[in-house]
Amino acid sequence: MTAPHESSPATTADDPVALSPTGVAGETPGPPGELGGSDPGLPLPADLPAPEALVEKMLQAYPSKVARRRRQHLKANDPESPPPIQANSRTVPGIITQRGCCYAGCKGVVLGPVPDIVHLVHGPVGCSYYSWLTRRNQNRPAEGIANYGAYCFTTDLTEEEIIFGGEKKLAAAIREAYELFHPRAIAVFSTCPVGLIGDDVHAVARAMRKELDVNVFGFSCEGYKGVSQSAGHHIANNGLFTHVVGTEEPEGPYTGHPFRINVLGEYNIGGDAFVIDDLLERCGIELVATFSGNTNYGELAQAHTADLNVVMCHRSINYMAEMMEEKYGIPWLKINFLGAEATAKSLRRIAHFFGDADLIARVEAVIAQETAMIAAEREEIRSRCEGKLVMLYVGGSRAHHYQQLFADIGMPAVSAGYEFAHRDDYEGREVIGSIRVDADTRNIEELTVEPDPVRHQPRRTSQELAALHAKGLTTHDYDGMMRDMASGALIIDDISHHELQTLIEAYSPALVCSGIKDKYVVEKMGVPCKQLHNYDYGGPYAGFSGALTFYREIDRMLDLQVYRYVRPPWVDEPLDVPG
Amino acid sequence: MDGAAGHSSDDGPRTAAGAWAVDENAPLVTRTRSEREGPVLDHTPAAVMDRKALRINPAKTCQPVGAMYAALGLHRCLPHSHGSQGCCSYHRSHLTRHFKEPVMAATSSFTEGASVFGGSANLLQAIDTIFTTYSPDIIAVHTTCLSETIGDDIPTIVSKAREDGLVPEGKHVFHASTPSYAGSHVTGFAAMVAAMVNNFAQAPSTKVPRSRRRESTPQITVVPGFVEPADMREIRRLTRLMGLEPTILPDTSGVMDAPQTGTHDFYPSGGVTLEELRNLGRSVATVALGRWASRAAAVAAENRCQVPREILDLPIGLGATDRLVGVLRRRAHQEPPADLLDERGRLIDLMGDAAQHFHGKKVAVFGDPDHVIAMTEFLSDLSMHPTHVITGTPGAAFEKRVTQILAERVPGAKVKASADLFLLHQWLKNEPVDLIVGNTYGKFIARAEDTPFVRFGWPVLDRFGHTYFPTVGYMGAIRLAEKILDALLERRDRDAPDEEFELVL
Repeated sequence: MTAPHESSPATTADDPVALSPTGVAGETPGPPGELGGSDPGLPLPADLPAPEALVEKMLQAYPSKVARRRRQHLKANDPESPPPIQANSRTVPGIITQRGCCYAGCKGVVLGPVPDIVHLVHGPVGCSYYSWLTRRNQNRPAEGIANYGAYCFTTDLTEEEIIFGGEKKLAAAIREAYELFHPRAIAVFSTCPVGLIGDDVHAVARAMRKELDVNVFGFSCEGYKGVSQSAGHHIANNGLFTHVVGTEEPEGPYTGHPFRINVLGEYNIGGDAFVIDDLLERCGIELVATFSGNTNYGELAQAHTADLNVVMCHRSINYMAEMMEEKYGIPWLKINFLGAEATAKSLRRIAHFFGDADLIARVEAVIAQETAMIAAEREEIRSRCEGKLVMLYVGGSRAHHYQQLFADIGMPAVSAGYEFAHRDDYEGREVIGSIRVDADTRNIEELTVEPDPVRHQPRRTSQELAALHAKGLTTHDYDGMMRDMASGALIIDDISHHELQTLIEAYSPALVCSGIKDKYVVEKMGVPCKQLHNYDYGGPYAGFSGALTFYREIDRMLDLQVYRYVRPPWVDEPLDVPG
Repeated sequence: MDGAAGHSSDDGPRTAAGAWAVDENAPLVTRTRSEREGPVLDHTPAAVMDRKALRINPAKTCQPVGAMYAALGLHRCLPHSHGSQGCCSYHRSHLTRHFKEPVMAATSSFTEGASVFGGSANLLQAIDTIFTTYSPDIIAVHTTCLSETIGDDIPTIVSKAREDGLVPEGKHVFHASTPSYAGSHVTGFAAMVAAMVNNFAQAPSTKVPRSRRRESTPQITVVPGFVEPADMREIRRLTRLMGLEPTILPDTSGVMDAPQTGTHDFYPSGGVTLEELRNLGRSVATVALGRWASRAAAVAAENRCQVPREILDLPIGLGATDRLVGVLRRRAHQEPPADLLDERGRLIDLMGDAAQHFHGKKVAVFGDPDHVIAMTEFLSDLSMHPTHVITGTPGAAFEKRVTQILAERVPGAKVKASADLFLLHQWLKNEPVDLIVGNTYGKFIARAEDTPFVRFGWPVLDRFGHTYFPTVGYMGAIRLAEKILDALLERRDRDAPDEEFELVL
């Protein structure tokens, strides 16, 4: 293991990147728009059905009350002035929705990827079983770091415990887990019945922490909380912030390396984080922790020592970014490593945040090198894919991020929407103040965070932040998806099966991006469907090399021959029937 | 690699930067197996510690997913999960991963409010939305741990829905009670199939005259259990070969293996029909294949319409298929046709031809009780030694039955119900086997212990085609024997030194 802050990789003399011709870039930020701002995306063809008519068509199938509610979730886009959209509100019972539950967002999304925590699910067997190895958050743990990724831990509650309470069994399970594995930490996740029978998982966790002298902490992430996975993200952020972040100090100063960052909201699906880690390393940027792909407990515990948080999945992790800024003074920047152009812009944003000439030069050199590597093939693929329409209904950030990859090869998004996002993910963070807080949201705890009396250390003064802002580099901000989409594109929040089918019939897109539950529905209709939760078991798609892998995959899918065989060759031949 | 304590003891301070330190010798390329830190599951110690509370790597999941699968085998039925959204999402996802097919199902989308005040309003709204938007003929509601813990009274809510006019004329809503904290996905399946019988089967109003009965093909009900669509189709073929007209209950063939036609049929052509369900009373018998998944429905049919029941093992392997054919022969009053005897003969021929490769090989089997019981018998009939046999589903009858099957040939076999894959893995560390047979989750143990592996049962998440080819019947047994031979002989080829790497085996 190498000691921290051993050397600054930014100025290695024999590094070819440092010596490249662009190494004189200094303070040139590049053309306007490269550091910030939105791009309304590729224009849509003129002959598409009018979005308003499609909305009416979709709503026809619902009971009138349901139609009234759904209408608020269906909006024709205006990138200049994003229309208010209803989001993060209840799905009407009976609607076939993509959404999952609070537990899935907490255990499955945010905490689950951390390899050296024993994730113990307190409840009947199913919740733990379904989140076991079904999300492709890969890990290559360093020497000495445990990886429990292939294990599934649950208290497997039975009727008796539902009646008489499950706290004793939970305590016993924690003891057994500790005895068997001696993990760095044990996280306990509550499932639906746990909240109803009144088990106090936090009290059990506290008692066990004391008894075993290991970090044990609980999450009240019962599946019925909130309206989707989103509530679970928030609960996970709160718990991770309270029980893990800042609980360990590194040997040596906070700022031993000049450019230390955390990547937030990157879960290493299909190995994306491996690509990002490599890119950052080559740029001379030190990664402290990733929340929470390919990371480990110790890194998360020391994440408060970074100087910048960059945010991939705004929806699932913005709470963490906000709380770390409040408590430790770490600013955050929205970035996106999906798409070659988006990756270049994101790396520039990081480099210019630090404002170091050598760093900027290295970043430009890496961008130049990587861009050159993929340019020819990207152009070739673009020539085949350009202008073909795509629809994306997925996640809380992915529907936005992946449009950047499609933009690289000239494919506009005719319609898009999130499964569990909030209005700010559509319209931009400036609407946060005007979002109506309903009962479902009010039930999710909002932590009150104070600056840490000792460790709060603003990484940038307000004047410095203002100067960055003037360059188009706004920290603490996200413009949302709508500003990056074409005028007239149809935005659908929490799409239903019925709406999906209607839109496929109306738009005849070349490709749909969604998840496992929709995949075979879409493909039965003769349209290829790219899964953006699990990448159809491919990837990585992040960074430049990942972008190229994605272009190739889309090229392959658009060239899929199989649907041409659906119609048997003889159907148009008259059949001679004797007699 | 050593076991549990290997990575977890205190081995010095870990620093954030340390873990990310640049290793010049570790370029970012896909590493081969030998370069990885250790095999998967390398925290599993060989020493078995008695666990009273902690379940690790379960060999079962919860009841509702079984209920959802069963309801998909009812024609024009939409399964409905009365609970939080996550249940429905997880179950649809997992079924989709196995079947590679659309899995349509709705949810009551419980919120915190519903959990406090009860889910009645949610279910009423769901019934209205579903009939208006998705137009099924039937909604099959199954409960979850949440709605069961709250104590929602589904029949009362459904009555209210009818009173409020939310259930269109000629349409139906029924339910099965499937709390996730009892039984397993297999018992959930059983509960839903029994609910179908209890809600729709009618006693025949008039006795069909004996003379007419003789003329037409006698009807028989077969409850196939939690098996593949291809198995249900094969059971139908077998039954017809034996001169009986089967009602397969439920029947997911044509639903969970629907053909590509260029359109998405929300309700594919397959599934047992309401008409068939109503006429269950006309069957000469109800044959339940597998005690765990199918017995409850056969008992229900006997109680409701006085149809005698026959409880058999799943017809996987020679012996169990023989017993099914024996029952059908008796019920049809017909000898098996030559074609079927030929299939049986071909199976036995293969068992003889390849006998040397099977003989004495130790096998670990895990999965659902009906599957595992039948597979254990088949392995034993192949002269193999099932030395480790577990199911995650609770039930002492499992242990009794498997122990009885193995009493003569493998008296020392380890057999356990309510077990998990962590325990099975520990057993295998202490007593290695030549082959592991079970669902996809077994691949991690197979890799960790470098043991040949045959995928069998539910779920199979990482291979294709299993929904198309049956494992039941004589042909299914031939297929299983081939899979086992492939796994064993691949291993022999892989491990053979050059001079023993042979063209002919």
